[in-house]
Amino acid sequence: MTAMPSTELRANRWDIRPGRIIAWTILLIGGLIMITPLLFMFSTSLKTAGQVYDLRLIPAAPTFDNYIKVLGDGRFMRWFFNSTFIALTVTISNVFFDSLVGYTLAKFEFRGRYFIFLAILSTLMIPTEMLVIPWYLMSSQLGWLDSYWGIMFPGMMTAFGTFLMKQFFETVPNDFLEAARVDGLNEFTIWWKIAMPMVVPAISALAIFTFLGNWTAFFWPLIVTTSKELYTLPVGLSSFAVEQSIKWEMIMTGAALATIPTLLVFLVLQRFIVRGVMLAGLKG
Amino acid sequence: MASDSITGGAAQGRLWDRFSIKTKRVIWAWTFLALPILFYAGIRFYPTLQAFWLSLTDWDLLRPANFIGLANYQKMFADPVFWKVFQNTFLYLVIGTPVSLVLSFVIAFYLDRVRFMHGFIRALYFLPFLTTAAAMGWVWRWFYQPVPIGVINGLLGSLGIEQQPFLRSTVQALPTVLVPAIWAGLGFQIIIFMAGLRAIPSTFYEAARIDGLGEWAILRKITIPLLKPTTVFLVVFSSIGFLRIFDQVYNMTTNDPGGPLNATKPLVLMIYQTAFSSYQMGYAAAQTVVLFSILLAVSLFQLWIMREKK
Amino acid sequence: MRNKAKLAGLAAGISFLALGSAQAVEIEYWQYVFDTRVQAMDQLIEKFEAANPDITVKQVTFPYADYQTRVVAAKVAGQGPDVVQLFYGWLDNFVNGELIQPLDPAVFPSAEIEADFFPIVSAMKRGDAYYGLPTAVRSLALFYNKALFTEAGLDPNNPPQNLVDFLAAAEATTKRDGGGNITSAGITLDMAGQDHHWWREVLIRQNGGVPYDEAGNVAYNDAAGAAALKYYTDLQTASKVGQVGFMDEGQAAFRAGLAAMTIDGTFRLGAFADNPFEWGVTELPADANGLRSNYSSYFANAIGSGAQGEELEAAQKFLAYITSPEAMEIWLNVVGELPARRDVALTEANLADPIRAPFLKGLEYAHTTKFYDEAGQRQVAIDMVNRVLLEGQSIEDSLAAAATAEQAIIDAATK
Repeated sequence: MTAMPSTELRANRWDIRPGRIIAWTILLIGGLIMITPLLFMFSTSLKTAGQVYDLRLIPAAPTFDNYIKVLGDGRFMRWFFNSTFIALTVTISNVFFDSLVGYTLAKFEFRGRYFIFLAILSTLMIPTEMLVIPWYLMSSQLGWLDSYWGIMFPGMMTAFGTFLMKQFFETVPNDFLEAARVDGLNEFTIWWKIAMPMVVPAISALAIFTFLGNWTAFFWPLIVTTSKELYTLPVGLSSFAVEQSIKWEMIMTGAALATIPTLLVFLVLQRFIVRGVMLAGLKG
Repeated sequence: MASDSITGGAAQGRLWDRFSIKTKRVIWAWTFLALPILFYAGIRFYPTLQAFWLSLTDWDLLRPANFIGLANYQKMFADPVFWKVFQNTFLYLVIGTPVSLVLSFVIAFYLDRVRFMHGFIRALYFLPFLTTAAAMGWVWRWFYQPVPIGVINGLLGSLGIEQQPFLRSTVQALPTVLVPAIWAGLGFQIIIFMAGLRAIPSTFYEAARIDGLGEWAILRKITIPLLKPTTVFLVVFSSIGFLRIFDQVYNMTTNDPGGPLNATKPLVLMIYQTAFSSYQMGYAAAQTVVLFSILLAVSLFQLWIMREKK
Repeated sequence: MRNKAKLAGLAAGISFLALGSAQAVEIEYWQYVFDTRVQAMDQLIEKFEAANPDITVKQVTFPYADYQTRVVAAKVAGQGPDVVQLFYGWLDNFVNGELIQPLDPAVFPSAEIEADFFPIVSAMKRGDAYYGLPTAVRSLALFYNKALFTEAGLDPNNPPQNLVDFLAAAEATTKRDGGGNITSAGITLDMAGQDHHWWREVLIRQNGGVPYDEAGNVAYNDAAGAAALKYYTDLQTASKVGQVGFMDEGQAAFRAGLAAMTIDGTFRLGAFADNPFEWGVTELPADANGLRSNYSSYFANAIGSGAQGEELEAAQKFLAYITSPEAMEIWLNVVGELPARRDVALTEANLADPIRAPFLKGLEYAHTTKFYDEAGQRQVAIDMVNRVLLEGQSIEDSLAAAATAEQAIIDAATK
C-alpha cells in the first residue's frame, strides 16, 4: 500500500518475530484507544436522552433522531458552509501569495531581499493572541466586524507558508527559468507556468495545512463574529453546546457533525495528507 | 540580445525597454512583493506596535485612552491570579511537550517497522489531529463527568477504583484539560517523526550492525542524534502550541472558566476574559505583550539549548 | 416615443422602490443567549412585524459572559443596538458609558410605569427618567421531583416548608452506589447557577445577618455568614445529599431526573416544561422562626443611544410592544418568567396555579441585590465554596477571603 519504510530493511535482518508481533499488537491497541473518544462521540450521538447514562459503546437502540433535529434548523449546514468558504478562500490566497513571495525571495536578487525575508520571518514570533485586540479595533473602525472578510483577513498570507514555499523554490533549477526568459515569457508567467508546477507537492502540503488550520480555527472567529449566521463550525458548535445546557446526546451529535467532514476528506485523501505533513516537517 | 524584445506582460513601450535586464527583474520582484509587504505591515507589524502602545494605556472602550506608563504591568505582577496563570501556562508546557514527544517518538519508531496494516494503524493515530479542538473539548468533558454519565469514571468504578473528580479538582484539572491537547497533537508528531526516521539512510544502520552494535545502542548513538532537526522542530512547534492553549480550556470549563479556582486558566484565556468580558483593553494588551515575551524567550532558549555544537 | 415611456416607467419604478425602502425601517434587538428567551423573542418579533409591516426587527444574541463587552464595543464602532436588554445591575455601567438613552416620558409616562409595574422597576430610574422597562421579573423557588419523592416515601403534594424538613427530604431521596458516590442527588449544589442568590439573600438573612449594609458594603463576614456558608457546604460534606459538579450543572441533574430538588428561577420553567416526570414547585424553605426570603431580579429592555429619528420611533414602538400585557403573557408561557406588570402577574389564575403561585408569593418578600458586577460577584461566591470543598479551607477563612474580594469589586465600581 505505501512505500516500504527504510527501517524495514534492517528489521528484516532481525528474527525477533515474537517481539514484533507484541509491538504490533500494542500499537494496534494503542491506536484503538486513541480513537475511543471519537467512537463514544458517535455512539452517544445515536442515543436518546435516556440512554446517555448507559455507557455501552454500541447503543441499545440507535436512532438518527438527534441528527435530524440538529440538522433540521439549518444552522449546522450554514456553519459548515461558512467554514468551508472561509477555509477555501484563505487557502487559495495563501497558495497564491505565499508562493509568489517565496518564489521572489528565492529566485530574485535585489537589495533588501534578506531584510524583507527576515522581516516576514520575524512575524512568526508574534502570536496571534497579541494581535487580536488591535485587529478587533481595526475591524470595528473599518466595519469589518461580523463579516466574512473580518474572519479571513488576518490569515490571507502567512510567514510559515512563505518560508515553506521559499525552501521548495530554492530547489528549482534556475536553468528552466532562464530558458523561459530567453523565450520571452514575462516573470509572472514564468512563475505561474514554469515554477509553480515544479513544486506541486509543496503546494499541496501548504494547502492542506492552511485549510485544516482555518477550518478548525476558534479564537479569532469567536471574537470577530456576532451574528449566528456567520459563525464558523467550531464557534457554532461551542455556542450550540452551551445552549443545549448539557444535553449530552445533542452536544455529541453536534461534535460529530463538526468532525465528520474532515474525517471523510482524510479517508479519501489520506496518502496526500500524510505526504504533505511529512514534506512540511522535513523542510520546516 | 533577445532579451531586448519584451513581449506580453507589462508592455510600457520605450520606457520599459530602456531598463537593463537586471533592473527589470528588480522591478518585477518589488511588484510581486508590493501587496504582501503592505499586508504584513498592516496586519502584523502595525498591530504589534499598537498592542505595545495599548499596553501602556488604560483604555476600556468607554473612555478615551490615557497614557499610564507601566501601571498595567505593575498591576499584573502584583496580582496573585496572574502568577497562578503564569504557572499554569508553564505547567501546560512542561508537562505537555515532553509527554507528547516521548509518546509520539515511541509510537513512530515502532509504527515505522510495521508493514501489515500500516496505513490503517497510522490512520488511527492521525485521526484525532484532524478534529476541531472545540468539539473534542466537549467530547472529553463528557468523558470526565462523574458517575453516572462519565465514561472514564464508569470504567474506574467497574474496576473497583475510586471515582476521580477530574475537572472538579484543583489538582487534577490542569492535566485533565491537557490530555485532549496532547491526544490531538500526537498524530502530527508521529508523522513528522516517521518522516525523519525514513530520512536516515539505511547504510548507517548496516554499518552499525556490522560493527556489532545492539539495538539500544543504535537508537542512542545513531537514530536519535540524526533525528535532531526533526526533534528541534517538534519541540519548538509543540511548545508554542501548549503555551497558547485556549480552545480546550474554554470549552471544558464554560461554567467556571479557567477553574476551579483558576487551576486551569492559561494566559490566553486570561487575555480573552480581560479583553472581552471585562473590556479592559489596555490591561489585556499588556498581558498579550507578556505572552509574546514568554513565547519569544522560550523559543530562543530552546533553540539555543539544542543548537548544533560544532 | 417608446423610449420616453420606458424611461418614465423606469423612473416611476425606481421612485416607488425608494419610497418602499424608505418606509421599511430595520432595528436590532440584542439579548444574551438563553434558549427559551430567544424563542419567546422570536414569537414577539413575528407578531410585532405582522402588526407593523414597515418595521423589521433583527434579533442578535451573545453568550452571557461576553454580552456587555459586545454592547460596549458596538457602541464604539457606531453600530449599537436599537433596543437592548440589560440586567438591572448593569444600569450604572450602561448609563455612564452612554450606551442607552432615557425613555421619552411622552411615550412612557413615569406615572403609568409606577402604577402598572412591580416596584422593583424603580431600579431602572435615574433622577426623573426611566432608562428601561422589563418584560418579566424572576424570583426563586424550590423545584422538586414528585416521582422521586414518592419513591422515597415522601408525600409528593407536601413538599418541605422549612430548612429542617428540607434537609430530611434531601437525605431521604439521595441515592448512592456501592462506592458511596451519588447517583441521584437530594439537592443540587451549583453556585454558578442560582445558589449564590439563595446563599446571599436567603440563608444569610435566615441566620440573622444581612449580606450588605445600607451603604452597599459587604456585611456577611460574621457569624451569620459563616453559619449560612456552613449550612450550604455541609450539604455536600456532612449530610452528603448533593455534590457540586454532579451532572455538570444543577439544572441538568434535575432535568435528567437525577436530583430530587433544585433551587432555580422562573426562567427555568420553560426548560423544565418537558421533563419526563412529574414535578412541583414550592417556596424556598423558611427557617425555624418562619422567616422567608427570596431574591428577585429582572432584565430590562432599553433603547440604544444610537437610535435616532425613524429608528428611534420604531424602537419605541417595539419597546412598548414587548412590555405590553400581551407580550408578557407570551413570555410567561414560553419562558416561565413572571410578567412585570402587576395586574398581568397577579391574576387569580396565576395565584391559583401551583407552579406560578410560589414564585409570585416569593416576589412579595424578595430582596433585589444591588450588583455592581454580577459575574464577578458570582465568581467570588463560586470560589468561596470551592475553597472549602476542594481545598479544605475553614469556613471562616474562606468567608473572609470572599468578603475581601467582593468588597474590592464594590469599591472599584463605586469609586
